[in-house]
Amino acid sequence: MSLYTEFQGGSEVALSKIISHIENRREGYQEVLSRLYRTGGRMYRIGITGPPGAGKSSLVNRLAGLAAEAGHRVAVICVDPSSPFTGGALLGDRLRMQDIPLDKGVFIRSMGSRGSTGGLAAATSNVTVALDAFGFDTLFIETVGVGQMELDIIDACDTVVVALVPESGDAIQALKAGLMEIADIFAVNKADRAGSDQMVYDLQSAMEMKAVHSEWIVPIVATQATANVNLDELYRHLTAHKAYLEKTGLLAQKRAEQLKKKVERVLVKSIQRDIDRTLLNGAVLDDIVGRIMRGEDDPYSAGQALFRQYKFGS
Amino acid sequence: MAEKIRVLLAKPGLDGHDRGVKVVAAALRDAGMEVIYTGLRQTPEQIVTAAIQEDVDVVGVSILSGAHMTLFPAIVDLLRQRGGGDKLIFGGGIIPDDDIAALEKAGVSKLFTPGASTVEIIDWVTRAVAAKKNDEKLL
Repeated sequence: MSLYTEFQGGSEVALSKIISHIENRREGYQEVLSRLYRTGGRMYRIGITGPPGAGKSSLVNRLAGLAAEAGHRVAVICVDPSSPFTGGALLGDRLRMQDIPLDKGVFIRSMGSRGSTGGLAAATSNVTVALDAFGFDTLFIETVGVGQMELDIIDACDTVVVALVPESGDAIQALKAGLMEIADIFAVNKADRAGSDQMVYDLQSAMEMKAVHSEWIVPIVATQATANVNLDELYRHLTAHKAYLEKTGLLAQKRAEQLKKKVERVLVKSIQRDIDRTLLNGAVLDDIVGRIMRGEDDPYSAGQALFRQYKFGS
Repeated sequence: MAEKIRVLLAKPGLDGHDRGVKVVAAALRDAGMEVIYTGLRQTPEQIVTAAIQEDVDVVGVSILSGAHMTLFPAIVDLLRQRGGGDKLIFGGGIIPDDDIAALEKAGVSKLFTPGASTVEIIDWVTRAVAAKKNDEKLL
């Protein structure tokens, strides 16, 4: 029996093997993704992002548990950094998720970032397709610890929670572009530490200064994930944000935008792979570089000439 | 691009000595592998669930509590029952020679005892994964 058939029969073993096929882009994975995509579409995707050590995994630990207790079929993807030097990775998010009731069928998968720099792995959004098709209705995606500009998460999920800590900065940090703009909900975690109230206040002020106001007021919740303080409230805001997106039609709008980018990415990647295979083989490039270095050509003309050759075959 | 070897490292039962397993985790990471570390005091159920969900090639179990004759077979059996029989199990700990023979018979592929170098462990994992047959059909 094929993995795909076993997957359709509800085998978790087949699901995790198919995820490996997708992650490693083994032969046939695109065909499987096409089929899986058409059977999904029901899963709600919640992203958790923020700096390293903010408590993202510990927050997911609690939130996934609350969702499972509420009767949802829950999956978790947690991404940790791969080494740019060796390609190796220590995937340690699962370690913080010990309270998730595995007997309620929660599925947790760790991924190495494998060269991507946007906070997720290149294959993460494809892996969500498999989880969706398998029948999970709620997904938590945890990014690697991010700085201000690793924002891939906004294209991979419906609701974004940004997790910060009391030490995450002052009122000016809260006003900065990037990470601070993508939160649908803020969690100020480790709120037992000094400065928590100030952090919440600074975030509130920053949100009030936004030029464009939406109907959704970004909630700022002071949490202590390991001590399980205020997680119910955080979960309530997740539910409320989902209801808000559905009621206003923004969910469909957001997903349409994401799909546009997705189709574009598939196209661009196909072209890139084609170019790598045909135009950019070593000998051709060596020849061009040789001519440039002898002063017979320049990088701009050479690049344009390659493009013409690719597009028009001459 | 060569595929990453995925390894689950786990410590079952009542055993708080995790220095060794962390050294192994760092060594395998530096050898280019993806290492999932589950932390301390895991049950065989938790370890097997993690091994299956993470689709690892190899499960490494560290036991320094003396309960190896109970825990290793429990993990091996549960893994087979749950459809993860293709995953190799290796272990490390203070394990007497007689027990090693019995555990290898019970399905543990390799056991490392005090004095084993990280190079030996990396080498074994690399070869053992390369030798594994993969006859699964995707579609």
